[in-house]
Amino acid sequence: MFKKFQPSTDISGQTAVKSSIQRSIRAAILSQWKVDSDTFESIWPKKENITLVKCRDHISIYALHGEPLFFQHFDGPFYPTLRLLHKYPFLLPVVRVDRGAIRFLLAGAHMMCPGFTSKGGWLPPPEDALSAEAPVAIQAEGKEHAIAIGITKLSTEDIKNVNKGVGVEVITHLGDDLWALQKV
Amino acid sequence: MATSTEQEAAAGPQPKPPIQVLYCEVCTFPPEFCEFGSSLTKCKEWLKEEHPDLYDRYYSEEALQSKMGTMSLEQQTKLEQDAAKKEAKAEAKADAKMKKKLASQVQIKRIQRQKNKYVTAIHGLEAFDIDLKKAAKLFAQTFATGSSVTKNLQGQDEIVVQGDVSDEVFDMIRDEKGVLKGVPEANVELVEEKKKK
Ligand SMILES: [Zn+2]
Repeated sequence: MFKKFQPSTDISGQTAVKSSIQRSIRAAILSQWKVDSDTFESIWPKKENITLVKCRDHISIYALHGEPLFFQHFDGPFYPTLRLLHKYPFLLPVVRVDRGAIRFLLAGAHMMCPGFTSKGGWLPPPEDALSAEAPVAIQAEGKEHAIAIGITKLSTEDIKNVNKGVGVEVITHLGDDLWALQKV
Repeated sequence: MATSTEQEAAAGPQPKPPIQVLYCEVCTFPPEFCEFGSSLTKCKEWLKEEHPDLYDRYYSEEALQSKMGTMSLEQQTKLEQDAAKKEAKAEAKADAKMKKKLASQVQIKRIQRQKNKYVTAIHGLEAFDIDLKKAAKLFAQTFATGSSVTKNLQGQDEIVVQGDVSDEVFDMIRDEKGVLKGVPEANVELVEEKKKK
């Protein structure tokens, strides 16, 4: 999503967000992320106003004091930025790719099923299975911090069973142009 | 799990504190990912200097052994070759960029619009990684005048400031005011465009 994203041309402007809209964003995020309201309050305090950074292709980045916190594509789910996820790694459910997949991921590739089902990969057990179209934190074999944020294309049980093709689409990863955008 | 819930119940809900992640000052990645970047040599130098404990953790003999995880030796070799290639490529790119920078010119052009009316067009700042929008804003604030980024006849972006402020703009670039950083004085030229009679 943030391939060849150039802030100077791909950001069309910044605007304040109506407080009623801010309330509904807050409610949506609390229902979508695995975060309690007290912790979320310390991420985005209620009395602070968030800024909408409008970008190309209907990408909306939301920033607090110039720091991008989360973003949305059209009216899809809210994704934390990778830096925010690093601070609060529990915000999204986790999947893990094996070491062999890392360099492909960092080159912008989507993640194929075998990267998760091989020995170095990991998917939640059946009782915690994720459906398709679920935002996930992507960890990497042997690494402590998340390497990317993605969205499942198949349910995690289907990834195990089908075991071919794209399992998770990468939304943002270490070193992409959103990663480079530390301040807006 | 049960104990943390009990603790929470006793103390009331508590916000979970953020993890302060250390990022590499060279490549911006968490240091554990430097090996996949394009500046591993420099990253390692930095880490060894600033965080020797982490350096040992990531680059000691045992760390290199265990890190391979489920990768085959073949895959690991390929990865290392890729890293070296990437690094060489990134260095060549940085070199080329530096050369290009040194060869780039910033032109400050005084243009006469009417008898007593001038505008100042500044062209070429983007070659020095200067954000044109921010620079235009800086000029507008400094001179309390109109200033905007427009395309010139050749389709290149330039900043047009209302009024004759060419000498002042030259000084600002030389003194590296605000966002106007990194342009050698020798690469700035002042030119004049007279109104055609
Ligand atoms: Zn590094």
